[in-house]
Amino acid sequence: MSKENYLHVAFIAFGVLAPFLFPNYIFQISMLWIMILFALTWDTLGGQMGYNSLGNIIFFGIGMYICAVVQVGQVYDVALYTSPDGASLTGNFEPEQYYTGLVLGIIAAPIGCVILAVLLSQVFFGLRGPYFAIGTLGVALAAGELIGAWDYVGGGGGIALPVFPGEIGTRNIFFYYLCLISAFSTYAFLRWLYQTRFGLALNAIRDDEGKAEAMGLHTKRHKTVAWCTSAFFLGISGALFGNMTGFIEPLEVAFPTITFGIFMVAMALLGGKGTLWGPVLGAIMFHTIKELTWTHLLGWQWIALGTLIILNVVYFQQGVLGWARDKWPEMFGVTVDESMSTSSSKETAS
Amino acid sequence: MWDNIMVLTVAPVFNVQLILDGLFVGAIFALAAYGLALVWGVMNVKNLAQGEFVIMGGYFAYVATQFEIHPLLALIPAFVIMFGFGWAVYKIIISKVIERDLFTSLLASFGLALVIQQALNLVFGPEVQTAQSGMKVRTILDGNVTVSDIRVLSFVICAALAGAIVLFIKHSRMGQAIRATSQDPRAARVMGIDTEKVYAFTYALNAAICGASGVLISMIWVIQPFYGVPHSIRAFVVVTAAGLGNLPGVIIAALGLGVAEQYSGFVLGAEFQQATVVILLILVLMWRQYQMNKIRQVVQ
Repeated sequence: MSKENYLHVAFIAFGVLAPFLFPNYIFQISMLWIMILFALTWDTLGGQMGYNSLGNIIFFGIGMYICAVVQVGQVYDVALYTSPDGASLTGNFEPEQYYTGLVLGIIAAPIGCVILAVLLSQVFFGLRGPYFAIGTLGVALAAGELIGAWDYVGGGGGIALPVFPGEIGTRNIFFYYLCLISAFSTYAFLRWLYQTRFGLALNAIRDDEGKAEAMGLHTKRHKTVAWCTSAFFLGISGALFGNMTGFIEPLEVAFPTITFGIFMVAMALLGGKGTLWGPVLGAIMFHTIKELTWTHLLGWQWIALGTLIILNVVYFQQGVLGWARDKWPEMFGVTVDESMSTSSSKETAS
Repeated sequence: MWDNIMVLTVAPVFNVQLILDGLFVGAIFALAAYGLALVWGVMNVKNLAQGEFVIMGGYFAYVATQFEIHPLLALIPAFVIMFGFGWAVYKIIISKVIERDLFTSLLASFGLALVIQQALNLVFGPEVQTAQSGMKVRTILDGNVTVSDIRVLSFVICAALAGAIVLFIKHSRMGQAIRATSQDPRAARVMGIDTEKVYAFTYALNAAICGASGVLISMIWVIQPFYGVPHSIRAFVVVTAAGLGNLPGVIIAALGLGVAEQYSGFVLGAEFQQATVVILLILVLMWRQYQMNKIRQVVQ
């Protein structure tokens, strides 16, 4: 068994057993899986394809809202449900209504997000580099504002999602395993994807888009599919997160551009972008440090986050995994050819 | 929404109010956007902390009012201190990323923006503030349109400041060095220009301009620690629409943006005012792309 497979087994074992080993931290560990999913999906564009999006969080929020509307809409009129008169309806879901709604919602959310990603691709993939980053940041901010002004989905007041029919402990474990499955399937899918020709095409786009296109690569199509992949998994994570918190509203929960939206970038950069394990590692480090220190920082946590991003970008751009790969290349299966060593170190640093 | 449009057609005098307000605010946007165009054109750094510099400047005026000093007097300390702050930021952060790819500088300045926002939030709290200038409010056109003196004054200050900066860039020794560096940094270095100093000066000048525009914003509008992001996006909209090194374009685009925001705020409701900026950004980017596509030959 290779080293990587030991890691896989360790992760699966931890993931499956964690709710029984650390019953008090189920929510935090569920968030860890969502964070890993965030970092992995950001890295598909940011690391592998070189398109740094600051607004991927839009799929998270849209997925959350689609799921909520489907869940509510299959039983009640959404406009009535979100109006002040509908406040009493939150608990009025039969178990089978609840589960049908949840399953339909979790199916509809990624599909809606993929459609949105295709539409956004038409606009945004003509933009390169910083224009893409600013444009996506703009669209995520706009989405939050616009949803907040749309009364049908509750506007700024948000939607209270159907209440889980069962014990609170069962509910936590139920959503824990859904988060676990979504994060692991994201990992497995991306792992497979990066090994195919498609993964190579993404790397070619990152390295030199003009040349890739000149070589006959359909860059637009590849970029669109890559973004759809991100959107698909982010949509699922949004649907799950909305149900985990039980209440969604546009600015803080669904489109948290300056929290989750930046966390995903920070995590991928911290771990080392453009690698498969880098985002996973970055997410674990970031989330652990955040959960341990966040409440003790007394308002300074955001300053610490900003400083972390600056330090990370300015002084430590290759991330933990990139640094490790420079330090011990043989562990990563990189054999250093002396005559090529200067160029290869440059390549890993970029 | 239709009611509001009807109001505008039935009573055209409201248009005058909206356009005037838009122009007064737009002049200040032009100042911040010009700073961004300067940094972008000379150093090729996309400064996402632009709006935060503006808000920082605004708090100078706010602090001045707390000490019962007229906020206009805060212009000078804001300009000077923000210049020093910009210089320090350049030395600590921007000089390290200026040679790297564009996203690095974008993200570094975004991290900086987060730090500034949160620091302001810790110091001043999240309340929306405004610096009272205590100047008279006049009514014109039979009392239908209100114009406060401070808005007119800030418009004049904007124009004077912009003129001074343009003259400085055109005629001073440092201004010549800045222009030379923006054209070809390597050749400028060969000619004995200390480009590192030029970059530091440009970035510091940008911060100072933003600081000054922040003082004006705080007097005629509102400031809040997290209102920097819309200002950054406005600056990007204006510069992207106008193009680099196109000063008349920047001024027209900024004034237009100011007016457009007032109109959307009135017609669609105040909650859409910020969304308008973002949607305009997307429209501008789409329009640019459309133009690029006309000259680009696609393989597929």
